[in-house]
Amino acid sequence: MAEILVLADHEGETVKKVTLELVTLARRFGEAAVVWTGQGGEAAKDKLAEYGAAKVYIAQGSEYDDYVVAPKAELLAWLVGQRNPALVLLPSTAEGKEVGGRLAVKTGSGILTDVVGLSDDLTAEQLIFGGAINVSSKVRTGSPIIAIRPNAIVPEPAAGAAVVEPVDITISDQARQARVLERVVQQRGARPELTEASIVVSGGRGVGSADNMALIEKLADSLGAAVGASRAVTDAGWYPHQFQVGQTGKTVSPQLYVAVGISGAIQHRAGMQTSKTIMVVNKDPEAPIFELADFGVVGDLFKVVPQLVEEIGKRTS
Amino acid sequence: MNIVVCVKQVPDTWSDRTLRASDNTLDRAAADAEINELDTYAIEEGLRLAEAHGGEVTFVSMGPERALESIRKALSMGGDKAVHLVDDALHGSDALGTSAVLAAVIGQIGFDLVILGSESTDARTGVLPAMLAERLGVPQLSYASKVEIDGTTITINRQADYGYDRVEATLPAVVSVVEKINEPRYPSFKGIMASKKKPVQTMSVADTGIDQAQVGLDGAACEVVTFAKRPARQAGTVVADEGAGGTKAADFLVSRKFI
Ligand SMILES: Cc1cc2nc3c(=O)[nH]c(=O)nc-3n(C[C@H](O)[C@H](O)[C@H](O)COP(=O)(O)OP(=O)(O)OC[C@H]3O[C@@H](n4cnc5c(N)ncnc54)[C@H](O)[C@@H]3O)c2cc1C
Repeated sequence: MAEILVLADHEGETVKKVTLELVTLARRFGEAAVVWTGQGGEAAKDKLAEYGAAKVYIAQGSEYDDYVVAPKAELLAWLVGQRNPALVLLPSTAEGKEVGGRLAVKTGSGILTDVVGLSDDLTAEQLIFGGAINVSSKVRTGSPIIAIRPNAIVPEPAAGAAVVEPVDITISDQARQARVLERVVQQRGARPELTEASIVVSGGRGVGSADNMALIEKLADSLGAAVGASRAVTDAGWYPHQFQVGQTGKTVSPQLYVAVGISGAIQHRAGMQTSKTIMVVNKDPEAPIFELADFGVVGDLFKVVPQLVEEIGKRTS
Repeated sequence: MNIVVCVKQVPDTWSDRTLRASDNTLDRAAADAEINELDTYAIEEGLRLAEAHGGEVTFVSMGPERALESIRKALSMGGDKAVHLVDDALHGSDALGTSAVLAAVIGQIGFDLVILGSESTDARTGVLPAMLAERLGVPQLSYASKVEIDGTTITINRQADYGYDRVEATLPAVVSVVEKINEPRYPSFKGIMASKKKPVQTMSVADTGIDQAQVGLDGAACEVVTFAKRPARQAGTVVADEGAGGTKAADFLVSRKFI
Protein backbone atom coordinates (compact mmCIF):
# COMPACT_ATOMS: atom_id res chain seq x y z
CA MET A 1 0.00 0.00 0.00
CA ALA A 2 1.24 3.47 -0.83
CA GLU A 3 2.45 5.69 1.96
CA ILE A 4 0.70 8.93 2.79
CA LEU A 5 3.01 11.41 4.48
CA VAL A 6 1.41 13.45 7.25
CA LEU A 7 3.32 16.37 8.75
CA ALA A 8 2.59 16.39 12.48
CA ASP A 9 1.59 19.61 14.18
CA HIS A 10 2.50 19.34 17.83
CA GLU A 11 3.46 21.29 20.90
CA GLY A 12 6.28 19.29 22.49
CA GLU A 13 4.85 15.81 23.00
CA THR A 14 1.25 17.01 22.77
CA VAL A 15 -0.27 16.03 19.45
CA LYS A 16 -2.52 18.76 18.04
CA LYS A 17 -6.01 17.70 17.06
CA VAL A 18 -5.40 18.58 13.41
CA THR A 19 -2.68 15.92 13.25
CA LEU A 20 -5.20 13.25 14.26
CA GLU A 21 -7.59 14.64 11.65
CA LEU A 22 -4.88 14.28 9.00
CA VAL A 23 -4.02 10.72 10.09
CA THR A 24 -7.72 9.81 9.93
CA LEU A 25 -7.94 11.21 6.41
CA ALA A 26 -4.65 9.61 5.32
CA ARG A 27 -5.90 6.10 6.16
CA ARG A 28 -8.47 6.36 3.40
CA PHE A 29 -5.74 6.61 0.79
CA GLY A 30 -2.95 4.38 2.08
CA GLU A 31 -0.62 3.85 5.00
CA ALA A 32 -0.54 6.86 7.28
CA ALA A 33 3.12 7.75 7.88
CA VAL A 34 3.47 10.62 10.32
CA VAL A 35 6.49 12.90 9.99
CA TRP A 36 7.46 14.21 13.41
CA THR A 37 10.06 16.94 13.78
CA GLY A 38 11.84 17.90 16.99
CA GLN A 39 11.28 16.36 20.41
CA GLY A 40 8.34 14.40 21.78
CA GLY A 41 7.80 11.85 19.01
CA GLU A 42 8.45 8.75 21.13
CA ALA A 43 6.04 9.93 23.80
CA ALA A 44 3.40 10.82 21.22
CA LYS A 45 3.54 7.60 19.30
CA ASP A 46 0.80 5.84 21.33
CA LYS A 47 -1.62 8.63 20.57
CA LEU A 48 -0.76 8.42 16.87
CA ALA A 49 -1.22 4.64 17.00
CA GLU A 50 -4.70 5.11 18.48
CA TYR A 51 -5.73 6.98 15.36
CA GLY A 52 -4.23 4.47 12.98
CA ALA A 53 -0.77 5.75 12.12
CA ALA A 54 1.21 2.90 10.56
CA LYS A 55 4.55 4.62 10.84
CA VAL A 56 6.16 7.57 12.57
CA TYR A 57 9.26 9.10 11.04
CA ILE A 58 11.02 10.95 13.81
CA ALA A 59 13.54 13.63 12.90
CA GLN A 60 14.48 14.93 16.29
CA GLY A 61 17.13 17.49 15.46
CA SER A 62 16.79 20.94 16.99
CA GLU A 63 17.18 22.62 13.59
CA TYR A 64 13.51 22.03 12.86
CA ASP A 65 12.59 24.44 15.65
CA ASP A 66 15.62 26.71 15.40
CA TYR A 67 15.09 27.80 11.78
CA VAL A 68 11.95 28.98 10.05
CA VAL A 69 10.05 26.47 7.85
CA ALA A 70 12.86 25.54 5.42
CA PRO A 71 14.28 22.52 7.37
CA LYS A 72 10.84 20.88 7.52
CA ALA A 73 10.41 21.33 3.77
CA GLU A 74 13.84 19.82 3.18
CA LEU A 75 12.99 16.81 5.35
CA LEU A 76 9.69 16.24 3.57
CA ALA A 77 11.33 16.59 0.16
CA TRP A 78 13.85 13.93 1.16
CA LEU A 79 11.07 11.59 2.34
CA VAL A 80 9.10 12.20 -0.84
CA GLY A 81 12.20 11.22 -2.82
CA GLN A 82 12.73 8.07 -0.72
CA ARG A 83 9.15 6.87 -0.30
CA ASN A 84 7.31 8.20 -3.31
CA PRO A 85 4.10 8.81 -1.31
CA ALA A 86 0.73 8.94 -3.05
CA LEU A 87 -0.09 12.10 -1.15
CA VAL A 88 1.43 14.56 1.31
CA LEU A 89 -0.96 15.97 3.91
CA LEU A 90 -0.23 19.10 5.95
CA PRO A 91 -2.26 21.21 8.34
CA SER A 92 -3.51 24.34 6.57
CA THR A 93 -1.98 26.61 9.16
CA ALA A 94 0.32 29.51 8.33
CA GLU A 95 3.36 27.32 8.80
CA GLY A 96 1.89 24.17 7.28
CA LYS A 97 1.09 26.04 4.08
CA GLU A 98 4.58 27.53 3.94
CA VAL A 99 6.20 24.12 4.36
CA GLY A 100 3.92 22.88 1.57
CA GLY A 101 4.82 25.82 -0.67
CA ARG A 102 8.53 25.17 -0.38
CA LEU A 103 7.99 21.45 -0.84
CA ALA A 104 5.99 22.14 -4.00
CA VAL A 105 8.88 24.15 -5.46
CA LYS A 106 11.38 21.42 -4.51
CA THR A 107 9.36 18.54 -5.96
CA GLY A 108 7.46 20.33 -8.72
CA SER A 109 4.20 18.94 -7.32
CA GLY A 110 0.99 20.90 -7.18
CA ILE A 111 -0.28 22.22 -3.86
CA LEU A 112 -3.84 22.92 -2.73
CA THR A 113 -4.47 24.81 0.51
CA ASP A 114 -7.38 25.25 2.88
CA VAL A 115 -8.96 21.99 1.71
CA VAL A 116 -12.04 20.85 3.65
CA GLY A 117 -12.58 17.44 2.05
CA LEU A 118 -11.00 14.91 -0.29
CA SER A 119 -12.90 12.46 -2.49
CA ASP A 120 -11.56 9.01 -3.41
CA ASP A 121 -10.06 10.26 -6.67
CA LEU A 122 -8.28 13.03 -4.71
CA THR A 123 -10.60 15.80 -5.82
CA ALA A 124 -10.26 18.47 -3.16
CA GLU A 125 -13.11 20.58 -1.85
CA GLN A 126 -12.32 24.20 -1.01
CA LEU A 127 -14.42 27.18 -0.03
CA ILE A 128 -13.24 30.40 -1.60
CA PHE A 129 -14.03 34.10 -1.38
CA GLY A 130 -14.85 33.82 2.28
CA GLY A 131 -17.01 30.74 1.97
CA ALA A 132 -19.18 32.16 -0.81
CA ILE A 133 -18.21 29.56 -3.39
CA ASN A 134 -17.48 25.81 -3.29
CA VAL A 135 -14.65 24.74 -5.53
CA SER A 136 -13.51 21.24 -6.53
CA SER A 137 -9.86 21.12 -7.56
CA LYS A 138 -7.28 18.53 -8.50
CA VAL A 139 -3.53 18.39 -8.47
CA ARG A 140 -2.36 17.13 -11.84
CA THR A 141 1.42 17.13 -11.35
CA GLY A 142 3.47 15.06 -8.91
CA SER A 143 2.50 13.64 -5.49
CA PRO A 144 -0.31 16.00 -4.49
CA ILE A 145 0.48 18.28 -1.55
CA ILE A 146 -2.75 18.99 0.27
CA ALA A 147 -3.12 21.35 3.21
CA ILE A 148 -6.25 20.52 5.21
CA ARG A 149 -8.16 23.12 7.18
CA PRO A 150 -8.22 22.28 10.91
CA ASN A 151 -11.63 21.14 12.18
CA ALA A 152 -12.79 19.99 8.73
CA ILE A 153 -12.32 16.24 9.31
CA VAL A 154 -13.65 14.27 12.28
CA PRO A 155 -10.78 12.31 13.88
CA GLU A 156 -11.65 8.63 14.22
CA PRO A 157 -9.72 6.12 16.32
CA ALA A 158 -8.40 3.00 14.58
CA ALA A 159 -5.60 0.69 15.59
CA GLY A 160 -2.22 1.38 14.01
CA ALA A 161 1.26 0.04 14.62
CA ALA A 162 2.96 3.46 14.72
CA VAL A 163 6.34 1.87 14.04
CA VAL A 164 9.02 4.44 14.75
CA GLU A 165 11.63 5.04 12.09
CA PRO A 166 14.25 7.59 13.07
CA VAL A 167 15.31 9.91 10.25
CA ASP A 168 18.62 11.65 10.56
CA ILE A 169 19.42 13.76 7.54
CA THR A 170 21.78 16.72 7.35
CA ILE A 171 19.89 19.94 6.89
CA SER A 172 21.67 22.22 4.41
CA ASP A 173 23.08 25.64 5.30
CA GLN A 174 20.64 27.04 2.75
CA ALA A 175 17.76 25.93 4.99
CA ARG A 176 19.37 27.44 8.10
CA GLN A 177 19.21 31.06 7.09
CA ALA A 178 16.29 32.39 9.13
CA ARG A 179 17.19 31.71 12.74
CA VAL A 180 14.71 31.84 15.60
CA LEU A 181 16.31 33.90 18.39
CA GLU A 182 13.47 33.78 20.85
CA ARG A 183 9.92 32.53 21.17
CA VAL A 184 7.66 35.08 22.81
CA VAL A 185 4.54 33.46 24.23
CA GLN A 186 1.54 35.70 24.82
CA GLN A 187 -0.89 33.25 26.37
CA ARG A 188 -4.43 34.35 27.05
CA GLY A 189 -5.41 31.64 29.48
CA ALA A 190 -5.66 27.94 28.84
CA ARG A 191 -8.28 27.97 26.12
CA PRO A 192 -8.58 25.72 23.08
CA GLU A 193 -6.84 26.95 19.96
CA LEU A 194 -8.98 29.21 17.80
CA THR A 195 -8.97 27.12 14.60
CA GLU A 196 -9.36 23.82 16.47
CA ALA A 197 -12.04 24.79 18.97
CA SER A 198 -15.53 23.37 18.66
CA ILE A 199 -16.96 26.57 20.12
CA VAL A 200 -15.68 30.09 19.41
CA VAL A 201 -16.93 33.25 21.14
CA SER A 202 -15.87 36.45 19.37
CA GLY A 203 -16.10 40.04 20.45
CA GLY A 204 -16.41 43.11 18.21
CA ARG A 205 -16.23 46.86 18.51
CA GLY A 206 -19.44 46.80 20.53
CA VAL A 207 -17.45 45.36 23.44
CA GLY A 208 -15.99 48.82 23.78
CA SER A 209 -12.59 48.34 25.42
CA ALA A 210 -9.71 45.98 26.12
CA ASP A 211 -10.93 45.51 29.70
CA ASN A 212 -14.39 44.56 28.53
CA MET A 213 -12.93 41.69 26.51
CA ALA A 214 -12.92 39.92 29.89
CA LEU A 215 -16.67 39.58 29.42
CA ILE A 216 -16.09 37.70 26.16
CA GLU A 217 -13.47 35.53 27.90
CA LYS A 218 -15.93 34.76 30.68
CA LEU A 219 -18.59 33.64 28.23
CA ALA A 220 -15.98 31.61 26.34
CA ASP A 221 -14.82 29.91 29.55
CA SER A 222 -18.37 29.04 30.56
CA LEU A 223 -18.64 27.12 27.27
CA GLY A 224 -15.08 25.77 27.09
CA ALA A 225 -14.64 27.89 23.99
CA ALA A 226 -11.84 29.73 22.24
CA VAL A 227 -11.92 33.53 22.06
CA GLY A 228 -11.95 35.36 18.73
CA ALA A 229 -12.16 39.01 17.76
CA SER A 230 -13.15 41.21 14.87
CA ARG A 231 -10.57 43.39 13.17
CA ALA A 232 -12.02 46.47 14.83
CA VAL A 233 -10.94 44.91 18.14
CA THR A 234 -7.44 43.87 17.07
CA ASP A 235 -6.85 47.20 15.27
CA ALA A 236 -7.75 49.01 18.49
CA GLY A 237 -5.28 46.82 20.35
CA TRP A 238 -7.99 45.40 22.63
CA TYR A 239 -6.94 41.84 21.80
CA PRO A 240 -3.91 40.33 20.00
CA HIS A 241 -3.97 40.00 16.23
CA GLN A 242 -3.60 36.21 16.25
CA PHE A 243 -7.18 35.98 17.52
CA GLN A 244 -8.65 37.91 14.58
CA VAL A 245 -11.31 36.07 12.61
CA GLY A 246 -11.95 37.01 9.00
CA GLN A 247 -10.56 37.82 5.59
CA THR A 248 -7.11 38.75 6.87
CA GLY A 249 -7.34 36.71 10.07
CA LYS A 250 -8.19 33.12 10.90
CA THR A 251 -10.87 31.08 9.19
CA VAL A 252 -12.84 29.13 11.75
CA SER A 253 -15.51 26.50 11.25
CA PRO A 254 -16.60 25.46 14.74
CA GLN A 255 -19.79 23.67 15.80
CA LEU A 256 -20.89 26.93 17.41
CA TYR A 257 -19.79 30.51 16.73
CA VAL A 258 -21.05 33.26 19.02
CA ALA A 259 -20.66 36.79 17.62
CA VAL A 260 -20.99 39.51 20.25
CA GLY A 261 -21.06 43.20 19.27
CA ILE A 262 -19.94 42.37 15.73
CA SER A 263 -21.74 43.95 12.77
CA GLY A 264 -20.95 41.19 10.26
CA ALA A 265 -18.97 43.01 7.57
CA ILE A 266 -18.27 40.78 4.58
CA GLN A 267 -14.61 40.48 5.61
CA HIS A 268 -15.56 39.19 9.05
CA ARG A 269 -18.10 36.76 7.61
CA ALA A 270 -15.34 35.44 5.37
CA GLY A 271 -13.73 33.90 8.43
CA MET A 272 -16.74 32.37 10.17
CA GLN A 273 -19.73 31.85 7.91
CA THR A 274 -19.13 28.13 7.46
CA SER A 275 -19.60 27.58 11.21
CA LYS A 276 -22.25 24.89 11.84
CA THR A 277 -24.33 26.98 14.23
CA ILE A 278 -24.16 30.75 14.68
CA MET A 279 -25.48 32.77 17.62
CA VAL A 280 -25.49 36.56 17.64
CA VAL A 281 -25.83 39.27 20.27
CA ASN A 282 -26.10 42.79 18.81
CA LYS A 283 -28.13 45.84 19.71
CA ASP A 284 -28.77 46.82 16.09
CA PRO A 285 -31.52 44.68 14.52
CA GLU A 286 -30.28 45.78 11.08
CA ALA A 287 -26.75 44.43 11.61
CA PRO A 288 -25.94 42.09 8.69
CA ILE A 289 -24.60 39.45 11.09
CA PHE A 290 -28.23 38.53 11.87
CA GLU A 291 -28.54 37.16 8.30
CA LEU A 292 -26.27 34.32 9.40
CA ALA A 293 -27.77 33.75 12.83
CA ASP A 294 -29.44 30.49 13.80
CA PHE A 295 -30.31 32.32 16.96
CA GLY A 296 -29.99 36.04 17.58
CA VAL A 297 -30.67 38.36 20.47
CA VAL A 298 -31.25 42.02 19.70
CA GLY A 299 -30.04 43.72 22.83
CA ASP A 300 -27.29 45.32 24.84
CA LEU A 301 -24.44 42.87 25.21
CA PHE A 302 -23.65 44.24 28.69
CA LYS A 303 -27.04 42.95 29.83
CA VAL A 304 -27.43 39.86 27.66
CA VAL A 305 -23.98 38.34 28.08
CA PRO A 306 -23.78 38.42 31.91
CA GLN A 307 -27.23 36.86 32.09
CA LEU A 308 -26.22 34.22 29.58
CA VAL A 309 -23.08 33.40 31.57
CA GLU A 310 -25.15 33.07 34.72
CA GLU A 311 -27.72 30.85 33.02
CA ILE A 312 -25.02 28.61 31.58
CA GLY A 313 -23.56 28.34 35.09
CA LYS A 314 -26.94 27.33 36.53
CA ARG A 315 -27.60 24.73 33.86
CA THR A 316 -24.21 23.11 33.93
CA SER A 317 -23.73 22.96 37.70
CA MET B 1 19.54 49.11 -0.49
CA ASN B 2 17.48 47.66 -3.35
CA ILE B 3 13.97 46.95 -2.19
CA VAL B 4 11.49 45.11 -4.37
CA VAL B 5 7.84 45.18 -3.31
CA CYS B 6 5.39 42.77 -4.94
CA VAL B 7 1.96 44.23 -5.63
CA LYS B 8 -1.07 42.21 -6.71
CA GLN B 9 -4.29 43.59 -8.06
CA VAL B 10 -7.28 41.72 -6.63
CA PRO B 11 -11.06 42.05 -6.68
CA ASP B 12 -12.32 44.36 -3.94
CA THR B 13 -13.36 42.29 -0.92
CA TRP B 14 -16.52 44.42 -0.60
CA SER B 15 -17.77 43.29 -4.01
CA ASP B 16 -19.38 40.05 -5.12
CA ARG B 17 -16.49 37.85 -6.16
CA THR B 18 -16.86 34.84 -8.41
CA LEU B 19 -15.15 32.62 -10.98
CA ARG B 20 -15.72 32.58 -14.74
CA ALA B 21 -17.78 29.69 -16.02
CA SER B 22 -15.69 29.46 -19.22
CA ASP B 23 -12.38 28.45 -17.64
CA ASN B 24 -12.94 28.44 -13.83
CA THR B 25 -10.53 31.34 -13.29
CA LEU B 26 -11.12 34.53 -11.36
CA ASP B 27 -13.78 36.73 -12.94
CA ARG B 28 -11.92 40.03 -12.93
CA ALA B 29 -14.67 41.86 -14.77
CA ALA B 30 -17.30 41.06 -12.13
CA ALA B 31 -15.71 43.08 -9.35
CA ASP B 32 -13.92 46.35 -8.71
CA ALA B 33 -10.16 46.00 -8.65
CA GLU B 34 -7.86 47.10 -5.85
CA ILE B 35 -4.37 46.59 -4.54
CA ASN B 36 -4.39 43.52 -2.31
CA GLU B 37 -4.84 45.17 1.07
CA LEU B 38 -1.93 43.34 2.71
CA ASP B 39 0.36 44.56 -0.09
CA THR B 40 -0.34 48.16 0.92
CA TYR B 41 1.42 47.37 4.21
CA ALA B 42 4.31 45.86 2.24
CA ILE B 43 4.52 49.05 0.16
CA GLU B 44 4.52 51.20 3.29
CA GLU B 45 7.20 49.07 4.95
CA GLY B 46 9.37 49.21 1.83
CA LEU B 47 9.04 52.98 1.65
CA ARG B 48 9.85 53.39 5.35
CA LEU B 49 12.91 51.15 5.15
CA ALA B 50 14.17 53.03 2.09
CA GLU B 51 13.62 56.34 3.90
CA ALA B 52 15.50 55.07 6.97
CA HIS B 53 18.35 53.25 5.26
CA GLY B 54 18.51 54.80 1.80
CA GLY B 55 17.94 52.93 -1.44
CA GLU B 56 15.55 52.36 -4.26
CA VAL B 57 12.06 50.85 -4.20
CA THR B 58 10.88 48.92 -7.25
CA PHE B 59 7.34 47.56 -7.50
CA VAL B 60 6.72 44.31 -9.36
CA SER B 61 3.26 43.29 -10.40
CA MET B 62 2.07 40.37 -12.45
CA GLY B 63 -1.38 40.89 -13.90
CA PRO B 64 -3.43 41.92 -16.90
CA GLU B 65 -3.33 45.40 -18.51
CA ARG B 66 -5.62 46.71 -15.82
CA ALA B 67 -3.06 45.98 -13.08
CA LEU B 68 -1.30 49.13 -14.28
CA GLU B 69 -3.84 51.10 -12.20
CA SER B 70 -2.57 49.38 -9.07
CA ILE B 71 1.05 49.93 -10.10
CA ARG B 72 0.36 53.66 -10.53
CA LYS B 73 -1.37 53.73 -7.18
CA ALA B 74 1.68 52.17 -5.53
CA LEU B 75 3.95 54.65 -7.31
CA SER B 76 1.77 57.50 -6.06
CA MET B 77 2.51 56.38 -2.50
CA GLY B 78 6.23 56.59 -3.34
CA GLY B 79 9.03 54.48 -4.72
CA ASP B 80 11.11 54.84 -7.86
CA LYS B 81 10.01 52.51 -10.62
CA ALA B 82 7.98 49.46 -11.48
CA VAL B 83 7.97 46.34 -13.58
CA HIS B 84 4.68 45.08 -14.98
CA LEU B 85 4.65 41.43 -15.96
CA VAL B 86 1.87 41.26 -18.46
CA ASP B 87 1.30 38.44 -20.92
CA ASP B 88 -1.82 36.53 -21.95
CA ALA B 89 0.22 33.37 -21.47
CA LEU B 90 0.21 34.05 -17.71
CA HIS B 91 -3.58 33.86 -17.41
CA GLY B 92 -4.57 31.10 -15.01
CA SER B 93 -1.11 30.54 -13.53
CA ASP B 94 -0.99 28.80 -10.15
CA ALA B 95 1.31 29.70 -7.26
CA LEU B 96 4.14 27.57 -8.65
CA GLY B 97 4.07 29.32 -12.03
CA THR B 98 3.58 32.74 -10.49
CA SER B 99 6.49 32.29 -8.10
CA ALA B 100 8.71 31.10 -10.95
CA VAL B 101 8.21 34.20 -13.09
CA LEU B 102 8.27 36.59 -10.13
CA ALA B 103 11.53 35.07 -8.86
CA ALA B 104 13.04 35.40 -12.33
CA VAL B 105 12.07 39.07 -12.59
CA ILE B 106 13.20 39.88 -9.05
CA GLY B 107 16.50 38.17 -9.78
CA GLN B 108 16.95 40.32 -12.88
CA ILE B 109 16.17 43.54 -11.00
CA GLY B 110 18.58 42.61 -8.20
CA PHE B 111 17.55 42.99 -4.55
CA ASP B 112 18.57 43.21 -0.94
CA LEU B 113 15.04 42.85 0.25
CA VAL B 114 11.81 41.55 -1.27
CA ILE B 115 8.65 42.55 0.61
CA LEU B 116 5.12 41.33 0.03
CA GLY B 117 1.82 40.87 1.81
CA SER B 118 1.57 37.58 3.71
CA GLU B 119 -1.30 36.49 1.46
CA SER B 120 -3.70 37.83 -1.15
CA THR B 121 -7.35 38.35 -0.34
CA ASP B 122 -8.49 36.49 -3.48
CA ALA B 123 -6.44 33.29 -3.63
CA ARG B 124 -5.51 33.27 0.08
CA THR B 125 -3.00 30.46 -0.36
CA GLY B 126 -0.32 32.22 1.70
CA VAL B 127 2.39 30.20 -0.04
CA LEU B 128 3.98 32.78 -2.32
CA PRO B 129 6.46 34.34 0.15
CA ALA B 130 7.77 30.87 1.08
CA MET B 131 7.98 29.86 -2.59
CA LEU B 132 9.88 33.03 -3.48
CA ALA B 133 12.36 32.49 -0.64
CA GLU B 134 12.84 28.91 -1.79
CA ARG B 135 13.38 29.89 -5.42
CA LEU B 136 15.65 32.83 -4.65
CA GLY B 137 17.64 30.81 -2.10
CA VAL B 138 17.40 33.53 0.56
CA PRO B 139 16.02 33.55 4.11
CA GLN B 140 12.26 33.48 4.59
CA LEU B 141 11.09 36.09 7.09
CA SER B 142 7.35 35.75 6.80
CA TYR B 143 4.35 37.00 8.81
CA ALA B 144 6.35 39.97 10.06
CA SER B 145 4.65 42.37 12.45
CA LYS B 146 7.91 44.27 12.91
CA VAL B 147 11.08 44.62 10.81
CA GLU B 148 14.43 45.98 11.97
CA ILE B 149 17.56 46.32 9.86
CA ASP B 150 21.04 46.93 11.21
CA GLY B 151 23.72 46.82 8.53
CA THR B 152 23.14 43.51 6.78
CA THR B 153 21.33 41.96 9.74
CA ILE B 154 17.56 41.84 9.57
CA THR B 155 15.36 40.89 12.52
CA ILE B 156 11.61 40.44 12.47
CA ASN B 157 8.79 39.51 14.80
CA ARG B 158 7.17 36.54 13.12
CA GLN B 159 3.56 36.28 14.19
CA ALA B 160 2.43 32.89 15.49
CA ASP B 161 -0.62 31.46 17.24
CA TYR B 162 1.17 31.55 20.59
CA GLY B 163 2.55 35.07 20.19
CA TYR B 164 5.58 35.64 18.01
CA ASP B 165 9.11 34.51 17.27
CA ARG B 166 12.07 36.85 17.01
CA VAL B 167 13.79 35.75 13.81
CA GLU B 168 17.14 36.92 12.48
CA ALA B 169 18.87 36.57 9.13
CA THR B 170 21.42 38.22 6.87
CA LEU B 171 20.33 40.18 3.82
CA PRO B 172 19.27 39.57 1.10
CA ALA B 173 15.94 38.20 2.31
CA VAL B 174 12.24 37.81 1.54
CA VAL B 175 9.88 39.44 4.04
CA SER B 176 6.11 39.06 4.18
CA VAL B 177 4.07 41.38 6.38
CA VAL B 178 0.83 41.29 8.38
CA GLU B 179 -1.59 44.20 8.64
CA LYS B 180 -0.55 45.30 12.13
CA ILE B 181 2.97 46.27 11.02
CA ASN B 182 2.25 49.89 10.08
CA GLU B 183 -0.34 52.35 8.85
CA PRO B 184 -0.11 52.72 5.06
CA ARG B 185 0.11 56.32 3.89
CA TYR B 186 -2.38 57.92 1.54
CA PRO B 187 -0.97 59.16 -1.75
CA SER B 188 -0.45 62.93 -1.68
CA PHE B 189 -1.41 65.15 -4.61
CA LYS B 190 2.29 65.63 -5.28
CA GLY B 191 2.79 61.88 -5.13
CA ILE B 192 0.02 61.29 -7.64
CA MET B 193 1.51 63.82 -10.05
CA ALA B 194 5.02 62.39 -9.62
CA SER B 195 3.84 58.82 -10.17
CA LYS B 196 2.87 59.61 -13.74
CA LYS B 197 6.50 60.24 -14.65
CA LYS B 198 7.96 57.20 -12.91
CA PRO B 199 9.16 54.48 -15.29
CA VAL B 200 7.08 51.33 -15.65
CA GLN B 201 8.81 48.62 -17.62
CA THR B 202 6.66 45.97 -19.26
CA MET B 203 7.88 42.39 -19.41
CA SER B 204 6.55 39.26 -21.05
CA VAL B 205 7.12 35.62 -20.08
CA ALA B 206 9.80 35.39 -22.79
CA ASP B 207 11.67 38.30 -21.14
CA THR B 208 11.85 36.40 -17.86
CA GLY B 209 13.55 33.38 -19.40
CA ILE B 210 10.93 31.07 -17.87
CA ASP B 211 9.55 28.34 -20.09
CA GLN B 212 5.98 29.14 -21.18
CA ALA B 213 5.02 25.54 -20.39
CA GLN B 214 5.49 26.32 -16.68
CA VAL B 215 2.90 29.09 -16.57
CA GLY B 216 -0.71 29.82 -17.42
CA LEU B 217 -3.72 27.59 -17.12
CA ASP B 218 -2.04 24.77 -19.09
CA GLY B 219 1.16 24.96 -17.10
CA ALA B 220 -0.59 24.94 -13.72
CA ALA B 221 0.05 21.95 -11.46
CA CYS B 222 -3.54 22.20 -10.17
CA GLU B 223 -6.85 22.71 -11.87
CA VAL B 224 -10.30 23.78 -10.78
CA VAL B 225 -12.72 21.08 -11.89
CA THR B 226 -16.02 22.69 -10.93
CA PHE B 227 -17.38 25.43 -8.73
CA ALA B 228 -20.77 26.43 -7.35
CA LYS B 229 -22.14 29.24 -5.26
CA ARG B 230 -22.87 28.09 -1.74
CA PRO B 231 -26.51 28.21 -0.77
CA ALA B 232 -27.44 31.00 1.66
CA ARG B 233 -27.89 29.97 5.27
CA GLN B 234 -31.39 29.19 6.48
CA ALA B 235 -32.94 32.08 8.36
CA GLY B 236 -32.92 31.55 12.11
CA THR B 237 -34.78 32.91 15.12
CA VAL B 238 -34.15 36.45 16.31
CA VAL B 239 -35.58 37.68 19.60
CA ALA B 240 -35.50 41.14 21.15
CA ASP B 241 -34.08 41.34 24.66
CA GLU B 242 -36.85 42.37 27.00
CA GLY B 243 -35.01 41.27 30.09
CA ALA B 244 -34.69 37.58 29.31
CA GLY B 245 -32.44 37.66 26.23
CA GLY B 246 -29.60 35.85 27.97
CA THR B 247 -31.96 33.19 29.33
CA LYS B 248 -33.43 32.62 25.88
CA ALA B 249 -29.93 32.33 24.43
CA ALA B 250 -29.14 29.71 27.08
CA ASP B 251 -32.37 27.86 26.16
CA PHE B 252 -31.20 27.80 22.56
CA LEU B 253 -27.82 26.39 23.57
CA VAL B 254 -29.55 23.68 25.59
CA SER B 255 -31.84 22.84 22.66
CA ARG B 256 -28.77 22.36 20.46
CA LYS B 257 -26.97 20.39 23.18
CA PHE B 258 -24.12 22.86 23.57
CA ILE B 259 -24.78 22.92 27.29
C1 LIG C 1 -9.28 43.97 3.02
C2 LIG C 1 -10.01 43.97 4.32
C3 LIG C 1 -9.82 42.91 5.20
C4 LIG C 1 -10.50 42.86 6.41
N1 LIG C 1 -10.31 41.79 7.22
C5 LIG C 1 -11.08 41.67 8.34
C6 LIG C 1 -10.96 40.52 9.19
O1 LIG C 1 -10.13 39.65 8.99
N2 LIG C 1 -11.78 40.43 10.26
C7 LIG C 1 -12.71 41.38 10.56
O2 LIG C 1 -13.44 41.23 11.56
N3 LIG C 1 -12.81 42.49 9.80
C8 LIG C 1 -12.01 42.66 8.71
N4 LIG C 1 -12.11 43.80 7.97
C9 LIG C 1 -12.87 44.94 8.52
C10 LIG C 1 -14.36 44.89 8.30
O3 LIG C 1 -14.68 45.53 7.09
C11 LIG C 1 -15.08 45.62 9.46
O4 LIG C 1 -14.59 46.93 9.54
C12 LIG C 1 -14.92 44.96 10.82
O5 LIG C 1 -15.21 43.59 10.74
C13 LIG C 1 -15.85 45.63 11.83
O6 LIG C 1 -15.69 45.06 13.09
P1 LIG C 1 -16.92 45.05 14.11
O7 LIG C 1 -18.06 44.31 13.55
O8 LIG C 1 -16.38 44.61 15.42
O9 LIG C 1 -17.23 46.61 14.28
P2 LIG C 1 -18.49 47.45 13.76
O10 LIG C 1 -18.74 47.22 12.32
O11 LIG C 1 -18.27 48.83 14.23
O12 LIG C 1 -19.69 46.80 14.53
C14 LIG C 1 -19.89 46.91 15.90
C15 LIG C 1 -21.23 46.29 16.19
O13 LIG C 1 -21.41 46.26 17.59
C16 LIG C 1 -22.77 46.56 17.87
N5 LIG C 1 -22.83 47.10 19.24
C17 LIG C 1 -22.29 48.26 19.70
N6 LIG C 1 -22.51 48.38 21.02
C18 LIG C 1 -23.23 47.30 21.41
C19 LIG C 1 -23.77 46.87 22.65
N7 LIG C 1 -23.63 47.57 23.78
N8 LIG C 1 -24.44 45.71 22.66
C20 LIG C 1 -24.60 44.97 21.54
N9 LIG C 1 -24.10 45.34 20.34
C21 LIG C 1 -23.42 46.49 20.27
C22 LIG C 1 -23.19 47.55 16.82
O14 LIG C 1 -24.59 47.52 16.64
C23 LIG C 1 -22.41 47.06 15.60
O15 LIG C 1 -23.19 46.18 14.83
C24 LIG C 1 -11.41 43.90 6.76
C25 LIG C 1 -11.59 44.96 5.89
C26 LIG C 1 -10.91 45.01 4.68
C27 LIG C 1 -11.14 46.15 3.75
